[in-house]
Amino acid sequence: MTDHVTDNLSQVTNTKGSEIWQMRLYVAGQTPKSLVAFSNLKKICEEYLHGQYTIEIIDLSQQPHLAIEDSIVALPTLVRKLPEPIKKIIGDLSNTEKVLVGLQILRLVDEQ
Amino acid sequence: MDKIQELQLSKCPTGIQGLDEITDGGLPQGRPTLICGSAGCGKTLFGVEFLVRGATRYGEPGVLVTFEETASEIIQNVASLGWNLNQLMADGKILIDHVYIEPSEIEETGEYDLEALFLRLGYAIKKIGAKRVLLDTIEVLFSGLANANIVRAEIRRLFHWLKDEGVTAVITGERGDNTLTRQGLEEYVSDCVIKLDQRTFEDIATRTLQVVKYRGSRHSNNEYPFLIEETGISVLPVTSLKLDHVVSNERISTGIAQLDEMFGGQGYYRGSSILVTGRAGTGKTTLAAYFSQATCLRGERCLYLATEESPQQILRNLNSIGMDLAPYVEQGLLQFDAVRPTNYNLEMRLFKIHRWVQEFQPSTVIIDPMSNLILTGSLMQTKNFFMRLIDYLKSKQITVLMTNLTAGDADHDHEQTEVGVSSLMDTWLELQTLKVNGERNRIIYALKSRGMMHSNQVREFIVTNEGVKLVEVYLGGGKVLTGTERINQELNEQYAAKKRRQNFEQKKREYEQEKKRVQAQINDLQMQLLNREAELNLLIEEEQEEEKALLQNRTFMARLRHLNP
Repeated sequence: MTDHVTDNLSQVTNTKGSEIWQMRLYVAGQTPKSLVAFSNLKKICEEYLHGQYTIEIIDLSQQPHLAIEDSIVALPTLVRKLPEPIKKIIGDLSNTEKVLVGLQILRLVDEQ
Repeated sequence: MDKIQELQLSKCPTGIQGLDEITDGGLPQGRPTLICGSAGCGKTLFGVEFLVRGATRYGEPGVLVTFEETASEIIQNVASLGWNLNQLMADGKILIDHVYIEPSEIEETGEYDLEALFLRLGYAIKKIGAKRVLLDTIEVLFSGLANANIVRAEIRRLFHWLKDEGVTAVITGERGDNTLTRQGLEEYVSDCVIKLDQRTFEDIATRTLQVVKYRGSRHSNNEYPFLIEETGISVLPVTSLKLDHVVSNERISTGIAQLDEMFGGQGYYRGSSILVTGRAGTGKTTLAAYFSQATCLRGERCLYLATEESPQQILRNLNSIGMDLAPYVEQGLLQFDAVRPTNYNLEMRLFKIHRWVQEFQPSTVIIDPMSNLILTGSLMQTKNFFMRLIDYLKSKQITVLMTNLTAGDADHDHEQTEVGVSSLMDTWLELQTLKVNGERNRIIYALKSRGMMHSNQVREFIVTNEGVKLVEVYLGGGKVLTGTERINQELNEQYAAKKRRQNFEQKKREYEQEKKRVQAQINDLQMQLLNREAELNLLIEEEQEEEKALLQNRTFMARLRHLNP
């Protein structure tokens, strides 16, 4: 099933239109980079996944053990928890195109 | 400034055998140290040992951040060295954090930093109260993350951060082509850089360790060989060549009574160095074996380094001269160690010998033959090697006997060793063979023996199936006679003596006879004399009587004529 999902993401998204995209943004306090990353993420999600997403902010300066558990090295890091498989994108998400590729939203966008 | 000075002065002992001697106490406390080297030269092991020793010996917990291997891989890899990381982790003395970066799974979009790495590390350090940190190998970040500028800046920041945290960190780095590390990490770690190397010289691979840089500290910057052994890393420090070891006046037997006689009846000095030189087949090993036997008979331990023959072969061959060393081996008094000269280079061999001596604690070491130990290496290295070896053994009051195979023309007299170590030796015995009349005979003499009376005589060294004997050779007529010639000469002498004795007896008998004859003559003459005397007496008597008769007659006649006086 997962293979199927990965290969034809657009199809999956279309058929499972109600599926929630679960996003997690790892930051360390309110640094300029983390603020930029959050606003970029918010913008992209609103535009391409309207109503189909959740964003969870994890402040590693408060919960450093999560950096080990979730294997985070760079900050900010965006993790797509769902749909599977897990995808990781690091940086302030300023390059929208790259974010779309990384999250595999792009094909979905093209078809729309 | 005060703080810096204070930090520079304090050292963090690594617990790695030999390294703390080279670095005069250990790595710089609270500062990062770079361990660089090519793949497979022991960087990770070095770092892990640093953590393990810290945790077990010095009460300093450590964090291991691994960028390449997983925690379970590392645990497995070092389990063979007897380090139970699982236990140490359970005890909260070691924490392993595997930082996994797979470039294909990560998309980079825009600016980022490695703050999460700092947070992870900070969390781990706090959790177990770590004093030591190992980063193995941080350069993986460069291949895992595309933006090298960010990585570079962040690594620089990390090193500063580690200093601020006050942890002693070991950072491993892969060797570059012309630089110490591929990414130039040495630029950031300016306090202490240690280079590990593995090189092959004349087919012999050696691992070496060199302290390239150690700011603010005395250290030795030679290359030292090191071994990865059953218990971890061992670095061999060059023993300091101080000539201040204790000397002993005690004398110990050579194992051969007649040889003891040559040294004033007492043998060698304990703790001295003895060199036995000679060409092939002159009996050097035999002499060495007697000495080892004598050592074992005193209940002391003897380490026999066989560089040419296998121990079994030596034991078998000694049986042929009626010597059985096997019981001593069983009693643990005699230990053979075969050092194949081709296995290690000089440094490593010195190191091996140190190890054996430390483990076995012998009072006597035999190296048979030393000429085989020095097949590799230049003359200078070789001399240095023996100087250090002898110095080390002397400092331990260990008597060392080395045999040296003299090369060259068998009929020529070489009183020298090719490595020029003879000057390091206290006692030098030379074994030679004399080749005359179709036979070879062994002779032995003491070329020198410092500080004791020793015979200047050449002895014949006879090896029989009941042991060896030293026999005085025949000296005379300007030459030395040995073997059958000596025996011939002895027989001749015996014959001559017998002849002389016979002559003497003959003469004596003749004199006796002569004496008797003369005596008889004397007796005869005496008889004649007596006869004559008797005749004379008779004559005198007759004469007196005649005179008396004459007088009587005259008186009578007078009386007749003068009837009336």
